[in-house]
Amino acid sequence: METIKLVYPVDGGDLIEAGEASSKMKLTLKRLGLPPDVIRRASICMYEGEINMVIHADGGEAQVEVGMDEITIRMTDTGPGIPDVDQAMKEGFSTAGPTARELGFGAGMGLPNMKRYADELAIETEVGRGTVVTMKLKIPS
Amino acid sequence: MTVKALSDALSLTVFTLPDPDRAVSGGYSGDLLSWVMGRAGENHAWLTIMSNQNVAAVALMADLACVILTEGVTPDEDLLRRAGEQMINLLGTASPTFEAALALGEQLK
Repeated sequence: METIKLVYPVDGGDLIEAGEASSKMKLTLKRLGLPPDVIRRASICMYEGEINMVIHADGGEAQVEVGMDEITIRMTDTGPGIPDVDQAMKEGFSTAGPTARELGFGAGMGLPNMKRYADELAIETEVGRGTVVTMKLKIPS
Repeated sequence: MTVKALSDALSLTVFTLPDPDRAVSGGYSGDLLSWVMGRAGENHAWLTIMSNQNVAAVALMADLACVILTEGVTPDEDLLRRAGEQMINLLGTASPTFEAALALGEQLK
């Protein structure tokens, strides 16, 4: 199988509508016949990324590459950046506002969940410029 | 046990049941969405009082068997619509979350 490249814009407008990009990716991964466990993990990773982009960065873009043995999800935004990545990675730490919290977000579990479910997680971020979160998930043969 | 059998056994309110034969293997209770995605297992029944449409997205991403809204909570219109579209079983009960979890546990023994 050749590497398949998918691009999903993430609309920054509305947290209620978040999840559209992840839902579409999940459907595509199912159609490609990937194992359910890796689809589940990739979907949660991408949804967490999507939520973060909507809450913090007014949207962005998700690029997904599906290769023979690996899925790479790269989520790019031009938001405010993360001043202290180590702090952001801690379970329970969140800078989400009251609207997000009322909807059930802002538990401080987004980045920890990405780390939990991805095989590799890399965060490149610059305050005032934006953030690129790259997640790699191995596809079991 | 299937979601339909569980729903019948606990006399749950059926808001939408697009995938009645889905198997339930366990349960999880929580209202913080990322916490649920981090901790709930595949094919679990999820007990929650959250009723906005992000609940359907969480259930979809985490491959949950069904959502059970507890404490008499009813889904908002958007959640009901999205659950139907995304094949998410959405049920409800007037029972408090703790009682609902006990009843679920009995059924899964």
